[in-house]
Parts: sequence; structure tokens; C-alpha cells
Amino acid sequence: MSTTPKPTAFDTLAIDTEVVTEILVGFLHDEVHKVGFDRVVLGLSGGVDSALTAALACRALGADHVIPVIMPYRTSSPRSEADARHVCEALGMTPTVSDISPQIDAYFAAHPDADRGRRGNKMARERMTILYDFSWSHRALVAGTSNKTELLLGYGTIHGDMVSALNPLGDLYKTQIFMLARALDLPVHIIDKPPSADLWEGQSDEAELGFGYAAVDNLLYHMVDERRTPEELAELGFNCEFIDEVCQKVRVSQYKRRPPLIAKLGVRTIDRDFRYPRDWGN
Amino acid sequence: MTTVVALAQVAPRLGDVEANLPRHLEMIAEAARGEASLVVFPELSLTGYFLKDLVPDVALRRNSAELQTLAAACTDVDALVGCVLETDDSRFYNAAIYLSGGRVHHVHRKVYLPTYGLFDEARYFAHGDSFRAFAAPLRKGEPLRPWRAGALICEDMWHPSAVTQLARQGVDMFLCPSASPVRGVGRGTALGTARSYDAMTRTYAALFTAYLIHVNRVGYEDGVAFWGGSHIVGPDGLPLCEPAPREETLLFGRLELAALRRSRIANPLLRDERHDVNDAETDRIRHARN
Repeated sequence: MSTTPKPTAFDTLAIDTEVVTEILVGFLHDEVHKVGFDRVVLGLSGGVDSALTAALACRALGADHVIPVIMPYRTSSPRSEADARHVCEALGMTPTVSDISPQIDAYFAAHPDADRGRRGNKMARERMTILYDFSWSHRALVAGTSNKTELLLGYGTIHGDMVSALNPLGDLYKTQIFMLARALDLPVHIIDKPPSADLWEGQSDEAELGFGYAAVDNLLYHMVDERRTPEELAELGFNCEFIDEVCQKVRVSQYKRRPPLIAKLGVRTIDRDFRYPRDWGN
Repeated sequence: MTTVVALAQVAPRLGDVEANLPRHLEMIAEAARGEASLVVFPELSLTGYFLKDLVPDVALRRNSAELQTLAAACTDVDALVGCVLETDDSRFYNAAIYLSGGRVHHVHRKVYLPTYGLFDEARYFAHGDSFRAFAAPLRKGEPLRPWRAGALICEDMWHPSAVTQLARQGVDMFLCPSASPVRGVGRGTALGTARSYDAMTRTYAALFTAYLIHVNRVGYEDGVAFWGGSHIVGPDGLPLCEPAPREETLLFGRLELAALRRSRIANPLLRDERHDVNDAETDRIRHARN
């Protein structure tokens, strides 16, 4: 299946990394301080997304105000933890390691038939609860690491890794994450290694999704940002099956990007006709 | 003879008039110390922008204590401030209030309320219905004659008919407060919105041979950044200064009526404008449509 259209992802998705860095560093500084905090906590996986969030947070708040938590499971690749430690070293952060194996294994002892998807979701949510526990104990906001590609495709665990107090990366496609990571001089082997959620051994984002980030980012940009119709996308050279598949993934995962449905009864229902900015609370 | 104008590029606290009011008073005092005759604030400078259901809660009436306090500070220096203005019949306007001589001198209610993309103004605000030029007192300096001003709030500027309406009434300086957010960060293009405003402000200043004072806000609201870049464009279409950096600042610029005169001699576009043709064609189009 050919998924390579005429305009390349690199050309289409090129960003002014200097401007983007300035905006995202300002975002973290402003939105954290505005609510009376001066620290963030984040899960550091050893991958490029969390490394980039950490790098931006260090610039915004100082490395001693960024709390990286490494949360391996016993089947996680040892290389992931080594890479996460390397990021900490490079950025001058002090990591905390919290092994999630005991609680995950204790839970699934009662559910031995659980498939790996269920186990993966449970691990993602376990990590979330640890981050929010640290949020309380360290008076730190949870910084998110989900990028626009995975948010649009629904390639994440609802109430797990998709949860945060604020997310500097949520409007950057994975291709743009790589560009920004290079501009911020993150360790090259972390940028270049195949992206993986590392929920089980040998897991690969691109193998699991069935397409590469460069191709899907290019398609998503023309589909979402430029609002081109499927016919227009096909004219650009995108394969029709690929267009349909990605459209479908975006549509069926919409629920993951929205707050829970509230049954409307009164005249002012939260988020429907009771609309206040989040900054209202500050 | 020059007239000094100050551009108060502030980051208002959202929904917090109590916090924003003293900041305005500080900026007005600093502008006065800098010998400014006028200080221009961004759109909704007293309230912040993405107010949503807070609009009625932060609204000010024309005779409110807050506007009276600000007006009282405007004896030697005039100010254009942004607020939610409530009328007797409980309509809420996105307004720019021109304060001078200790009182409200002129009010512009935003006509074009963007309601698309990340904007939702028409849900919360009533539409203004006029563009009126006015004489700006500008007490300092000794101008050859009073300056004439016209206010355009952000999206108003994106409609050339609005600028034309003001120019037709005689305008020396367009006062353009805005709350323009960051959108578009493609490589080699700087900020998409900044690029558009740069093209627009230069074009209007040149075509209407007038000064254009654009004051955009900075800061973040609910994750949305505002890009600042406040600047003045001269009647020849050239910026008087570099756009302000993306931080709170008070910029000063010098305007001269003599420069306007020179530009209008060199480029008599206003003299040559055929309003009669424009009116006749507008009538013809309207009748044809009916």
C-alpha cells in the first residue's frame, strides 16, 4: 500500500522551532505559576515525547523544579530506563524510580486471563495515579506528554497517559516532536530509536498502528488542519484505504478527547451552557 | 512639532478587573511621565479576552466607578482602554473607551465579532453598529490642529469597509487595539497571525495616508498565547519601530501632523477618492439585489 503523497511530511510540517520553543516554554511557565505552583511532575519513559516535555519544563521552571518519575514494569525494556536516566543526566534532573510491577501483578493475579491490551491500559492508569500522588505530595502539576498524532488517532489510554494538568505537546505532530527534539539537542539515540509505548516487550508504535508517523502526520495535517475532503486528499496522492482507515480512527476515538457525557436536565449544564474558562479558577 | 503616543502592551488577568485597573493606572502614569499625549491599551484590556460566561460578571457601565477612576487619571494624557460595556437594556459590548479630560470622550463598540475557529464572540457580545471618527484632544504639544482618530477593535480591521468608513470621516490615526492569538508556526513564516497583521497595518496606513497604532496583548489564557508585536505604522506605510517583543512593555512613538501633510501631498489618495462613484455603485448593487 503506497501512502507517500507528493508533498513530504517534512516540508508540510516544518515548524519554526525557535518560535515554538519560546511559546511552549512561556506556556509552561505562565500556566504553572498562574495557578500558584512552581513545579511539574512527569512520567519519563525514555522516549522522545516525555524527554521533550522534560526539556521544555526545565527551560521554563529550572531542572530542580521538574520531577521526573521513571515507572518501569518488570517486562519493560531495560534500555528504556537507561534512556530515561540519560535524559535526566543531560537535563540536570534527579529521577525517582517507582516500579509498578508489585501492584500490577497483585491485581492481575485475580485476572490471569487478561490480554495484553487490558494489562497495558492498567499499567498506563497505574502510572497516572502515581503521577497524581506525586502531584499532591510535591505540590507539582502533572505535565502531559501526548502528541497530536496519538491524541487524534486515539493511540493512548483514556484516563491513563492521556491525562495531565497541562500538555505542551498536544498540538505538535510526532514528526514535529522529532524536529523540536533535535533543535533542543536531546540525545540523538532517544530521537532516533523506534517509538514504543513499551507496554510489552518488542512493542512498536508504527507496527501496531500499521503505518509510519511521517505518512500519517502528513495525511492528518491535510485532513485536520487544512480540512481537505477525502477526494482532495486522494488527489494529493494519499491512498484511499489509508484515508478511510485514518478517518475512522480519528472518529471512533473522539470520546477519548472529550469529558464524560452529562445527562442534561437543568438550564445550565456543565460545559454545555455553563461555560467558563479554566483560568476563571485562578 | 511631534506628539508622543504610548502603546501599553499588557497581559491582563482574565476576569479580574480589580487586578487590571491598577495596572492601567500605572501605565497611564508612566506614559504621562514619558510625555505621551495618548496611551493605547489592547482589546478588553480591563478584563482579558476568553471570558465566556464571565462577560456579564465583569461588565462595566459607562458611569461605573472603575471607568470614572481611569478617567480621573486622564487629565494630562488621554487613554484608550478595552472593557465589556453594559447598556441600560442589558446588552454587553466589546468596547474601546477613549478617556480624556477626566471623562469618557468617545466609545467604539466592536462591530465585527469573530465567531469561528477558536473565537466565539457573537455568543456573548452584542454587535456594535457604527464607525465614528472623533477629535482626539491630545493636550500636550502644540499641534497645527486637533488630531482626528478612529478606533477599530481587532476583527473590525479585517473588514476594509470599516477602515474606509472611518477614513471618509477624516482620520489621522487609526487606533487598533487587539487580542490576537498565536496561530500557525510554520518554518520561515514567523507567526501566521503576526504576518497577516503586518501586511494589513502597512497597507491601511499607506492607502489611507494615516498613522496606524496597533496594540496587541501578550500573556496566555487557557493555553492560548497572544503574540504582542505592537507597533506604529506611518502614513507612508513604513513602521516607525520594530514590533514589540512578546512581553509586557510600554512603547513610545512620535507622530507629526506635518508628516501626514507631506504624505498626502506626495500621495493624494484621499483627495482623489471618488466617494460619489462608490456611493452610486453601492446604490446600484443594492437595487439590483432587491
